[in-house]
Amino acid sequence: MSAKTLYDKIWDSHIVRCGEDGTALIYIDRHLVHEVTSPQAFEGLRLAGRTLWRQGANLAVPDHNVPTTHRDQGISDPVSRTQVETLDQNCDEFGIQEFSMLDPRQGIVHIVGPEQGATLPGMTVVCGDSHTSTHGAFGALAFGIGTSEVEHVLATQCLIQRKSKNMRIRVESELPCGVTAKDIALAIIGHIGTAGGNRHVIEFAGSAITGLSMEGRMTLCNMTIEAGARAGMVAVDQKTIDYVQGRPFSPTDDQWDQAVLAWTDLHSDDDAVFDVELVLDATDIVPQVTWGTSPEMVVPISGKVPDPNDEPDAVKQSAMKKALAYMDLESGTAIVDIKPDKVFIGSCTNGRVEDLREAAAVVGDGQVAGNIKLAMVVPGSGLVKQQAEQEGLDRIFLDAGFEWRDPGCSMCLAMNADRLEPGERCASTSNRNFEGRQGQGGRTHLVSPAMAAAAAIAGHFVDIREVQRSLPQRHGVHRPRYPLEG
Amino acid sequence: MEKFEKLNGIVVPLDRPNVDTDAIIPKQFLKSVKRSGFGPNLFDEWRYLDHGEPGQDNSDRPLNPKFILNHNRYHEAQILLARDNFGCGSSREHAPWALVDYGIKVIIAPSFADIFFNNCFKNGLLPIVMERTVLDGLFQQTADTDGYRLLVDLEAQTVTPSNGEPIGFEVDTFRKHCLLNGLDDISLTLEHVDDIRAYEQRRQQEAPWLF
Repeated sequence: MSAKTLYDKIWDSHIVRCGEDGTALIYIDRHLVHEVTSPQAFEGLRLAGRTLWRQGANLAVPDHNVPTTHRDQGISDPVSRTQVETLDQNCDEFGIQEFSMLDPRQGIVHIVGPEQGATLPGMTVVCGDSHTSTHGAFGALAFGIGTSEVEHVLATQCLIQRKSKNMRIRVESELPCGVTAKDIALAIIGHIGTAGGNRHVIEFAGSAITGLSMEGRMTLCNMTIEAGARAGMVAVDQKTIDYVQGRPFSPTDDQWDQAVLAWTDLHSDDDAVFDVELVLDATDIVPQVTWGTSPEMVVPISGKVPDPNDEPDAVKQSAMKKALAYMDLESGTAIVDIKPDKVFIGSCTNGRVEDLREAAAVVGDGQVAGNIKLAMVVPGSGLVKQQAEQEGLDRIFLDAGFEWRDPGCSMCLAMNADRLEPGERCASTSNRNFEGRQGQGGRTHLVSPAMAAAAAIAGHFVDIREVQRSLPQRHGVHRPRYPLEG
Repeated sequence: MEKFEKLNGIVVPLDRPNVDTDAIIPKQFLKSVKRSGFGPNLFDEWRYLDHGEPGQDNSDRPLNPKFILNHNRYHEAQILLARDNFGCGSSREHAPWALVDYGIKVIIAPSFADIFFNNCFKNGLLPIVMERTVLDGLFQQTADTDGYRLLVDLEAQTVTPSNGEPIGFEVDTFRKHCLLNGLDDISLTLEHVDDIRAYEQRRQQEAPWLF
């Protein structure tokens, strides 16, 4: 048998049937559902008189529209409220397990899935959300789908797919202090561009990747979609297995042993061939800050806002000029001289407990700078929030002047009340710096949690490596001890 | 799904790369639980000078005269010329819904984001990948010619300018078949119920923890 990549292995084990033209019917093990991309799919089922193929493969949670304050008072925006209520009704009607808004296990779907063990190695995982790539961190094949495909999975537990190409990005050596999974992701996107991964599944490998915690791997795979790839993935190792063990949806007893044995094969064979392969040196990566309106418009914290005149490609040059105008930045400005108005720590990219620990370690006993109108921390799930509170992280943030909110997507995309006002500038741990993403006219700079926290305290971007050199020691990273049931 | 066979339509050029789905249809319009009615809010933040909200009467909102779709010559456009990585970002199918609802039936770009590309085919919208150098020529001709049209023939897999030679394009055989016949994927898949059941039985033996 010829050597296979990790992606080949998972793809092959999920083929229900192959069409003559290269399309395949692929079986889906886990379908995660949220309120924004599902209502029309449920409506489609109703109109066609169809039922769910397999109820137990679905897990639902509202996240995009939920308020992050005064949740007990309900959702004030009637349109948002309708969408969340529609999810509740659809889950009731079709018999889907849902962690509704007031459930302590509620949170961002991509944080909840892994936290509950609903994401397992070797699975195919889909969700009507592009950041489903997050779950690839577990050696799963996970990708975002549109609403028609949500309906297709609900009705058939399958998807019609054409296989993507294999790309491997190896990041070798040890990450320098202050450089995180977020910086690896942004550096890669800066290198290959936001279309660099189009039509590919990217496997991340190399010592800097295996050195990441599971949460770091999730951050990296989460951002794979910003590189244009179909999915991102990391091979299974002992860290993966340790993370999964004992979670509510994880297998137990004999099935656990059987699963672990099967999972040991979830890596690319030594002689597997990739269509594209890239190698980066981790020691070259510097904390990253985006300056423009696409994640590929990114520079090191030590850098300057670039000059479009240095860009030979006319289309790119014109896009850079538009971005500079939108961001109200001038070429040549040092990144450390940029002052945000707001700071957002959270999202499916960086809303896990390790992210909050890293941010809190930087905050220490500092205070949010006077020029920062709002600094907010939005934990990724109710259980992340509980864990952080048990560790006293909420006190560190609150004492410094941050707001400590309830879990949800929040200001990553501003579908709820959390948003930027026109012209406001934000240091954000989220994933997209598109025009209007965090609020119409809002200006987003994507950074790691530590960099966002440092910007909140200093009132401008700072090189976290310099801040961390002055810290007594890095906050220890240990396995989160989640309460397993709400 | 509506069939797509041939289209002779007015062309509108959107000359910027990385047009994301947030730009195509801003997030406030995603709160709808319906599939239709997104057309008036297509490119809302670029198209209007004020801030749009769902449920608003869009007919008396101030239009941004600089935005290309608002130019008189492109009012009836059905073919969108775009740049690299069109449709990147969120998986929201509201983006193709908005384009279709507005009247766009074909998008021609050097590259598309994967999820958006898939979503188009589910909605009778044809995304055509065209080499940048060839596309540059179409951008130029569109700018130079009032009422510039292209004839898109899916069966023949050609795009033909009114005064030029046909340009060939590639399209996946299965997707072409579905578009030409207006076929619904779910019905097609449900023809293979036995295969799905057989897979599940086999898989349950191999990997019982997945069930």
